[in-house]
Amino acid sequence: MADDPRRDALKRIGTAALVLGGSGLVGRALWDAGGLEVYESSQRPQRRDFRVDGQASTKADMAIARRSTDPTQLTRAAIDALGGMGQFVKRGDVVAVKPNIGWDRAPVHAANTNPKVVAEVVRLAYEAGAELVTVTDASCNEPNRCFQRSGIWKAAYDVGADVVLPAAHRFRSLHLGGDVLDEWPIYRPLIDVDKVINVPVAKHHNLAKFTAAMKNWYGLLGGRRNRLHQNIDVSIADLATFMQPTLTVIDATRVLMRNGPQGGNIADAKDMHCVIASLDQVAADTYACGLIDVDPAQVGYLTMGQDRGLGTMDWKHLRVAEV
Amino acid sequence: MTRFATKLKSKLALKSRVKRLLKKKRRPGSGIEARPIIRRLVWIRRFAQVGFLALFCWLLVETGFRGSFSATDEPVRVAYPVEGFLLADPFVALMTLLSTQTVYRGLLWSVGLVALTLVFGRVFCGWICPFGTLHHFFAWIFPSRYGKGSERIEANKTHPVRQRAKYYLLYALLGASLTGSAIGGLFDPICIAVRSIGLAVIPAMQYASNVTSQLAGASNVQAVQSGSDAVADFMSETVWQSQQFYYHETWFIGVLLVAVMFMNRFIPRFWCRVLCPLGALLGVMSRFALFGMEKDHTKCTDCDLCLVHCQGADSPQGGVKWRQDECHMCLNCEAACPEDVIKFRFLPGFRSRIAKPDTGRRTALASAAAGAALIPVARAADALDANYNDRVIRPPGSVTEKEFLERCIRCAECMKVCPNNALHPAFFEAGIEGIWTPILIPRIGYCEHSCVLCGDVCPTGAIQKIDEKQKLGIDQKPISIGTAFFDRGRCLPWAMATPCIVCEEFCPTSPKAIWVEEVVVPKRESVASEAGKEPPMTSVEVKRPLVDPSLCIGCGACETVCPVQDDPAVYVTNIGETRSKTNVILLENTNYNYGS
Repeated sequence: MADDPRRDALKRIGTAALVLGGSGLVGRALWDAGGLEVYESSQRPQRRDFRVDGQASTKADMAIARRSTDPTQLTRAAIDALGGMGQFVKRGDVVAVKPNIGWDRAPVHAANTNPKVVAEVVRLAYEAGAELVTVTDASCNEPNRCFQRSGIWKAAYDVGADVVLPAAHRFRSLHLGGDVLDEWPIYRPLIDVDKVINVPVAKHHNLAKFTAAMKNWYGLLGGRRNRLHQNIDVSIADLATFMQPTLTVIDATRVLMRNGPQGGNIADAKDMHCVIASLDQVAADTYACGLIDVDPAQVGYLTMGQDRGLGTMDWKHLRVAEV
Repeated sequence: MTRFATKLKSKLALKSRVKRLLKKKRRPGSGIEARPIIRRLVWIRRFAQVGFLALFCWLLVETGFRGSFSATDEPVRVAYPVEGFLLADPFVALMTLLSTQTVYRGLLWSVGLVALTLVFGRVFCGWICPFGTLHHFFAWIFPSRYGKGSERIEANKTHPVRQRAKYYLLYALLGASLTGSAIGGLFDPICIAVRSIGLAVIPAMQYASNVTSQLAGASNVQAVQSGSDAVADFMSETVWQSQQFYYHETWFIGVLLVAVMFMNRFIPRFWCRVLCPLGALLGVMSRFALFGMEKDHTKCTDCDLCLVHCQGADSPQGGVKWRQDECHMCLNCEAACPEDVIKFRFLPGFRSRIAKPDTGRRTALASAAAGAALIPVARAADALDANYNDRVIRPPGSVTEKEFLERCIRCAECMKVCPNNALHPAFFEAGIEGIWTPILIPRIGYCEHSCVLCGDVCPTGAIQKIDEKQKLGIDQKPISIGTAFFDRGRCLPWAMATPCIVCEEFCPTSPKAIWVEEVVVPKRESVASEAGKEPPMTSVEVKRPLVDPSLCIGCGACETVCPVQDDPAVYVTNIGETRSKTNVILLENTNYNYGS
């Protein structure tokens, strides 16, 4: 057979033709016409809204707890005043708790959320029937050190939370569709859940003047966040537009009055013994703003948030419970 | 009847076949079994090799900080003595002894390895050394196609010219130590293993794994995604660093590792036999060993089975003398010998061995002299006393540059442990003599304010063991490694009327070394104007950052986070570092009574 020259020639020509045809087909199928469209995001702008339906059934829109010096009691009192965690967390929910674990600082410096406040929120979520509560943040300083030194790692672990440290594979690029924020790596553990509870710390910020709930969403972002400061107010408003949490619990038990956001000097922080629980992140931030004597009208992102319909700065006209 | 007989016959045949299969392969020649103790020791050695390699890898992976539930005021330290292999390394101890005339802290452990060698010879090479075990493995796997039988025997015969090289290298490196440089660390096997696996292999594996998990994430198949997440979670909690780490020019370290491993294809255990200065040092010491080999040449039939398995190329075969200084004490030769020629025992006779390295005295002296001369030549070039590179930022707690070079063995422990990817092996930044010594590259990572791990793991005291009080400057001056400078032509508030101050936000000192002045500056609006007119002007309030050099500690946080992505608007140079009395800006820190 093989010594039939005609047959052999046909076979070899056929093979060559097949390889040529195959390469042509693959090339055509994967052909790239080029062009600057490659710069643009192929995704549609996204939002994440974790608010529960029928929030009117809560006892109040915002609760301010000040009648204790114990962060645990203050937290419980504030959330109970809204009608309890059961209003927000249902049996079987997977809940993400997002404290501020940005800095390698101890609780006394008041640069991160107080660990007792975080622990109480976790405990309440479990009591309301949550299947799993994760506590996580994308830190500014080295995360292992921030999680440990803030005391949040131990406090959250002790009440049964799953403490998740940021790692590269836990970010996914999403199109935020904001005025200044387009496509950014988003921290998945904070969005791949049923409910999200924002637990920021209220503190001074040298550029934004004051930060708490809305600024806390910086912790959603990976990549190089340093660019955001050129237009910090719009960045914060963009993030708060993308992310509407189920509940906001602001820790103002000890507040950094100067040298924010990092602090480092114990004398810069002042005991305030206050916890604010709110359905409205703008209202909560506006109230907390007054604690460090900053005029909310001077805080750009609050006005923007109100203009975008994210909430109201006029917190006095909400149903406020003071306990 | 006949049928029954044939059945029985076949049954018996089967039985004998099974018996033959069950029986051990007959040993060739006279077929004398090796002593049971030797057969057992060979297996113990294999387990020891795997165990020590695993221990080494585990310590390397633990060279980092993973955080814990411990109290917030607990000082952060590495949980295990991760630099243990280096502390037990007598080559490291001897180099720093010659250069500093002291034995630094844990290096005293190396006396233990000296003692082991004085009793058993180079057992470290054959039983313990993790780099040696890697070579053992690759020398077995690589030459598989043509490195068999007679070729293998030929390859494992002593090659005196080649094997002498390591002794000369050792003498040269010890000579260099005498003239003030621990540059020999470039060739120490433990240093090489930490450096190449820690800085090249593990980060490259993490990179590959990230690519894989991205592909899995894009697959949109739930099972693939969650499976890949589970693997990535596990690896990020156990092996990987907290993020992808990038090390300065480590491609070369990776290439060298692959090259030296691949040499096993041509010369089995090339590294151990030809180059390793630690092996050479142990070889020099092994002449006093109490344990060794005795050969009965008369019984040898020249079957060369001993050579097939020889690791050190130390002439185990009959008719020639055994070379004690080359032997790795793997015991393979005695286990293989079918003629009862080879016997390992305490206090063996001297007739059948050569204990001293096969080197000429003059060449040895010449190598030591060449090594000693290398250092003045390197220093007469610029890089140290003159034209010192301003970007050679040494880790906090480092001793003065000259003493640093006397101590630093380039083991890369500090770079592996640094939680922020701030420390990197220098290429030629610190001169030819400073190759692979640690420098801080703030554009990649900054020195974490309260972290003291680099000094914690440094085995030789190039970086001293400092505590948080000294680093942060509680009741004393904080340790500074440099000073930050602004490039006002690139800084957003200074040059472009744009708010920023990320540098001020990240500045960790209290009070902050970076402070801001609030100014109202004119800003041209970025819109087209009517023809013939300038664009409209507005004014904006910006905060312009400035540095207070008396407070700046040079940690580089400002440079790391500066949003001017390519060439930062704030950068750190090493001036003002605590360790130097001359590399200073401010008068109050100056003391001209001391050298640099």
